[in-house]
Amino acid sequence: MSLNVVSLVSVGRHPQSGRARRADQDGRAVELGLKLVAKALSVVHVGDPDDPVLRQYAGMGLPSMTILKQDKSIDAVPILSQFLQQEKIDIVLTGVRAESGESSGMVPYLLAHALGWPVVARVADIVSVKDGEAQVLLALPRGQRRAVSVKLPFIASVDHAAEIARQSAFALGLRASIESVESVGEVDRIRVDWQESVAKSRPKRLKTVKAKTAAERFKAATAKPEGGTGKVMKNETPKEKARAIFDLLLEEKVIR
Amino acid sequence: MVIDWLPSVLIVTLLVLAVIGGVRRANLWRAGQPDKVNIVAGLLAMPKRYLHDLHHVVERDKYMSRIHVATAGGFVLSMALVILVHVFGVGHQLLAGALLVALVLMFVGALFIAKRRFNPPSRLSKGPWMRLPKSLLTFAVTFFVLTLPMAGVLPEGTGGWLLTIVLSIGIVLSLSEMLFGMTWGGPMKHAFAGALHLAFHRRPERFGGGRSTGLKPAELGGKVHGVAKPSDFKWNQLLGFDACVQCGKCEAMCPAFAAGQPLNPKKLIQDMVVGLAGGTDANYAGSPYPAADGKGKALGEAQGGINNVITAGLIDADTLWSCTTCRACVEECPMMIEHVDAIVDMRRFLTMEKGKTPNKGAEILENIIATDNPNGHSPASRTHWAADQNLPLMKEKKVVDVLFWVSDGAFDMRSQRILRAFVSLMKAANVDVAILGDEERDSGDVARRLGDDATFQSLAKRNLATLSQYEFNKIVTTDPHAYHCLRNEYGDFDDDGVLSKGASGQGVEILHHTTFLNQLVQQGLLKLDAFKGGKVTYHDPCYLGRYNGEYDAPRELLRSLGIEIAEMERSGFRSRCCGGGGGAPITDIPGERRIADMRMEDVIATSAELVAVGCQQCTAMLEGVVEPRPVVKDIAEILVGQLAEEVH
Repeated sequence: MSLNVVSLVSVGRHPQSGRARRADQDGRAVELGLKLVAKALSVVHVGDPDDPVLRQYAGMGLPSMTILKQDKSIDAVPILSQFLQQEKIDIVLTGVRAESGESSGMVPYLLAHALGWPVVARVADIVSVKDGEAQVLLALPRGQRRAVSVKLPFIASVDHAAEIARQSAFALGLRASIESVESVGEVDRIRVDWQESVAKSRPKRLKTVKAKTAAERFKAATAKPEGGTGKVMKNETPKEKARAIFDLLLEEKVIR
Repeated sequence: MVIDWLPSVLIVTLLVLAVIGGVRRANLWRAGQPDKVNIVAGLLAMPKRYLHDLHHVVERDKYMSRIHVATAGGFVLSMALVILVHVFGVGHQLLAGALLVALVLMFVGALFIAKRRFNPPSRLSKGPWMRLPKSLLTFAVTFFVLTLPMAGVLPEGTGGWLLTIVLSIGIVLSLSEMLFGMTWGGPMKHAFAGALHLAFHRRPERFGGGRSTGLKPAELGGKVHGVAKPSDFKWNQLLGFDACVQCGKCEAMCPAFAAGQPLNPKKLIQDMVVGLAGGTDANYAGSPYPAADGKGKALGEAQGGINNVITAGLIDADTLWSCTTCRACVEECPMMIEHVDAIVDMRRFLTMEKGKTPNKGAEILENIIATDNPNGHSPASRTHWAADQNLPLMKEKKVVDVLFWVSDGAFDMRSQRILRAFVSLMKAANVDVAILGDEERDSGDVARRLGDDATFQSLAKRNLATLSQYEFNKIVTTDPHAYHCLRNEYGDFDDDGVLSKGASGQGVEILHHTTFLNQLVQQGLLKLDAFKGGKVTYHDPCYLGRYNGEYDAPRELLRSLGIEIAEMERSGFRSRCCGGGGGAPITDIPGERRIADMRMEDVIATSAELVAVGCQQCTAMLEGVVEPRPVVKDIAEILVGQLAEEVH
């Protein structure tokens, strides 16, 4: 049975120039999709079908793209969930973080909620799909990976640890057919009131490196941070585990 | 000869075969794309182009130019007379005597060609080319003997049947090479295709001492971008490949070949011939593409056809990406073949159709598209280097004498030292100057050389639109690559005459900073002390020298400081590339050596302590060579050190 994979893409924003571009993680989502099903991949975007950035995605070798034509003020999630329900889809790939607007930050979660599918966050690779189950590698900090198996269908957000998006070829982008699909959407009421401003990175606490030798500096740069307060609970009963989480939340003042 | 009619029949038969071959060959070229050529004017101009322009290039090798004049001149003359005397039977003794003289001339020339083949240099192709001198000698001797009776030296019928048989064999052998081989792909093909190539050259501006180095714009939005198959070349480009004499002068000059990267310009052109005629490279008898691992492809493995994709079986993409576009091969080619045009044409296909620019290529192109500079810096930080320079912006001044085109050196700390030095010199000379500041964009040089002509054209148009808002008389830049784009390549997109007419209507003068500084020195606007450092040599940047013909201004500037330049063996039009052009540091194809290291060896061979450069890219490449090595400085930096203090 052939796999039905959809990559959702957005219009990104270059961190230095602020110019519209192929979003980095969305590009990786297309790359992963191409790896899984090659040209059978469907790539979907909600927005303006005439946006030139879409050609940058198409330039990766997509014969066509589906654009659910909508105004900027429209909430993409209900349109997408409706579209995804119509087709028989196995895997939906998105980015982890938005580069502009709401592109992909919350989208996978909201879609999963609407469709009742699991979300696999921060995927580095989908190794294989067999008998309705996918072997997935999750990206963890410091180059670590966690292997999980997930039942189809599911939504995966693709981490920047995944394979980088291939070069976009000008002519392929030019020739791809952009299929514009009319859809009924509703205004995103929450977003209407938003004010956008430039993000400022949080000031970092200066770290005094006490290391004297290169080996020590290397260790300091690569070693896992030692929290010391964590605890691995494997053999406890579910109730005890839940209790531990609840206590931690209380302690960290997440719930009062 | 015993049978009178035999020679004429043989000659006419081979002539007819040659004509059939010529038509067939011409049909191979016609498979290429149409290109506007003035056929009549080209044919009329051909003799002059051959005798003057081509001979000018061959003349660099005196030995070869003399023997070629003797052999080719002798052959053309004797062939014409052979047709008169032996085919039409014009029995005048004087004519026969002239034929004998022409044949002697040719014989002497051919002897020297044969002598060179005793121990041929590695750049020369062997195989059928080793046979050619023998065929030339056979031709001269055969027709000499055949003509002796007509000149009245020998009685008719001398030698009897034996001589008749020997002479007939001689006629067939030599004319097979000289006439049949000329149009059916033998070594003499160079004469036939070469003559037509000169007539229908794609850059006729190059003849008569002109210069034409700007790349031709790619057509965007068509069926194919760049050249995928041999049939995507213009027809006169295909003709040009056929003109190759396999002398290997290109190979001897190519920096990538010398560095052991998988490029040999001669083999590349021969592979193009394989592509246009179909077949394999099994008959190629010259140096192969160098292979770093020592393995390489065996001859006969490369297969091509007029409608086969070139990079799928004929040549490896790495061969195309090894080129630094330094134009040393084009400058050296006695047949005036345009290697760089062909290479960039094929790169365009790889980048725009395949999305396969190697190594850092994709990242650099993406950066140029998103930020207008190759390293993805914020466009708003382009003028940070000039924070302390008190340089006016065009946005404020609107009208200025000199617009200083800063180029992407603005983002690089080493290049900024050159920029600051140049600004100090301009201030010392009270030049009315301004910069575009953050409005400036990458010139598009790298994008174009990497085959992304879409991005180059977009940058060119946007830069021209910016320039059109202001009035200025001159554009001066310290970057020869930007200089080349502005001067030679923006013209194709300058529909409004921003540069060709300018605000004054006289056209904008586009200058390299060394040319401009030399003008200032000549006008006495810059007071400079004599240079007291050690020995100095000068490295000609390819894009200043070969691309724009500026060899003198940098040297005059150095001389104005009292410097006697210790010239490198390869300088001026034969300058060796630093390895930094054509996006080569980005695609970074592995070889056995680094081009920059070889260039630094050239510098060290002059025992200079300082190498003067006129290009930030060359500076970066040469300074990348491990120390100890001579100091590398831009001419502006050297000048600013000698700026005389004003005494009040």
